[in-house]
Amino acid sequence: MTISPISLAFKKSRNENRPALLTYTVAGDNTKKKSLEILNSISNHADICEIGFPHNTPIADGGQIQTASYRAIKNGIKIKDVFQIIKKFKNNKNTKPIILMGYFNIIYQYGQNRFLEKCKKSGVDGLIVVDLPWPDNMNFAKKCKKNSVSFVQLLSPTTSKLRMKKIIKSSHDMIYYISMLSTTGGKLKVSPKKILKSYHKIKKIVKNKNLVIGFGITSKNISFFKSADGCVVGSEICSKISKSIKNKQNPVTNVGNMVKNLREKLL
Amino acid sequence: MKKIKRGISLIDQHDKNGFWGKFGGNFIPETLKKPVEDLAILFEKLRKDKKFIYEKDYHFKNWVGSPTSFIKLENLTNYLGGAQIWAKVVSEANGGAHKIYNATVHSLIAKKAGKKYIVGDTGAGYAGKMLSMAAKKFGLKCKIFMGVKDIKRQKPNCDAMKKNGAEIVPVYTGSQTLVDAVSECMRYWVSNCDTTHMCVGSTVGPNIFVKICGWSTSQISKELLIQIKKEFGKIPKKIKLINCVGGGSSSFGFWNEFMHYSKKQVEFIGVEAGGPKNSKRHAAPLTYGSKIGILHGAAQYVNQDTEGQIEETESISAGLDYPGVSPLHCFLKDIKRARYTAATDEEALSAYQLVTKYENLNPSLEPSHAFAEAIKIAPKLSNDTVIIVNSCGDAQKDRDILKERLG
Repeated sequence: MTISPISLAFKKSRNENRPALLTYTVAGDNTKKKSLEILNSISNHADICEIGFPHNTPIADGGQIQTASYRAIKNGIKIKDVFQIIKKFKNNKNTKPIILMGYFNIIYQYGQNRFLEKCKKSGVDGLIVVDLPWPDNMNFAKKCKKNSVSFVQLLSPTTSKLRMKKIIKSSHDMIYYISMLSTTGGKLKVSPKKILKSYHKIKKIVKNKNLVIGFGITSKNISFFKSADGCVVGSEICSKISKSIKNKQNPVTNVGNMVKNLREKLL
Repeated sequence: MKKIKRGISLIDQHDKNGFWGKFGGNFIPETLKKPVEDLAILFEKLRKDKKFIYEKDYHFKNWVGSPTSFIKLENLTNYLGGAQIWAKVVSEANGGAHKIYNATVHSLIAKKAGKKYIVGDTGAGYAGKMLSMAAKKFGLKCKIFMGVKDIKRQKPNCDAMKKNGAEIVPVYTGSQTLVDAVSECMRYWVSNCDTTHMCVGSTVGPNIFVKICGWSTSQISKELLIQIKKEFGKIPKKIKLINCVGGGSSSFGFWNEFMHYSKKQVEFIGVEAGGPKNSKRHAAPLTYGSKIGILHGAAQYVNQDTEGQIEETESISAGLDYPGVSPLHCFLKDIKRARYTAATDEEALSAYQLVTKYENLNPSLEPSHAFAEAIKIAPKLSNDTVIIVNSCGDAQKDRDILKERLG
């Protein structure tokens, strides 16, 4: 069996003795063209790029990502555009894996099979569906696997140990640990030490899978998480785009620099 | 087609994944999985606990004011001719609407769960006002999420919430109405589920919230069943229970105890908000055949575009201004137990005028939608037909809108 691009990215960063850097931006933020440029600029420094499907009733996203999503929707982004951005990105830099992140209604309306076909064709490597928890996601996760798309399960501080074991068992090559009780982009209200303690407890159960930490991670605290397999930064980047637009600066350069800095902090 | 089973309440007729047919479920972030499960376990325990039931009944009777009256609208009946028109005056309940039942039960549950804080969403402001009342009574700190548009148009209820010591959190996102308030409230709960209890203001949201709300508002039909038997000596042969439907909490509660009667004998008519007469926008996903989608944790018929983005709604009535609808109503529509239709803003306003002209009753804009349907069909029916409208809210909160529209 060939190793998936996602696993490969983790392997590479592990060889370099650092966590993988995962970034999150909203597809189409703030325009189709800019969003691709931002992605290209990010991918010089990130290991895996998460791309968010903008949705107008996001129940797990904080202010920064909501703002980015509304901006993208307002600029007319459609599902086909999201896939086009990914396809174009993959044509340029086919080495960086793409994880698409969104809410289930988008997939539900598009049709699960049709959606996965489109993922495969556009070069999507993984999927995170925020509001489709285990065990409701079992069927869909299986379909993902058939289409060589990695389905990323989430774990949270509220997940019980028994449930955790079951989720891990049905997970693919990457698992996402939510650092704290929060929507995306919340202020880190638990100390990194405590988060890592829980993280390493889980890591003992998932030795051979890649476990990343996300929610509340920023340039300020990312260096505390060097012992993780991977760190996700999202809201800080979205907020950088907002600020750049507001100050009439180029978001592409600003975000590029920010991600470069994040990468350096992990070394 | 699925059928309603006898002897089991409809709220319990879901599968192990929380679905009534194709509707409902638990489309929630992983973080909420445990709190939702804990709440489900606690609720199942409490509803079997005699002490808890006694406590609930005690507060319903002595604080909420149960039963609310069941009256014949003689003048309206005579004016329209045809069917008899009756009203279940639920707006007599403490606070002026049916939302008090759900708010009371949620506050009692929050106490049992050892939570000190309670949060809730509101559209018309009734759910918020009642939750603030119940929170005050039971010693809980309360936050209410409300769209900025609704804060402006339902000021009397906002004043009441503040008076009860609740904090109103204005929601600026999206259409700034109920749909955004529910999203924001859920997001708040994701971040604070360890200390805070969430009350969803209608029979919507993840499975357990649909159940708790339906269980609470069923008080309405429990009372009505007894009142009808007392008034008529038996259940009349032709009854029509007409209720407005937004999220669907009052209508479900109004119908629940009559679920197993044939629809020939007891027909359920749900009236959604059709919006302004000449507008394409509405809040009537059942009437206008909206597709199934996922909103606020549940699969339901919901106004959305082909891409799965939730569409903005428009209605004069803040309480009905919601793009989705309870999974229970979607199920009742699919199995054809209930019939759904819509009334426009204008129809609701003229119904309000007619009812207040002939009767000593002051229905808010929400039940005015139900009255519009009653007024429409009553003249065509025989006088042995008994139409009962749930007058589930008082128009005091609508005084600004009514003044603007009717002078």
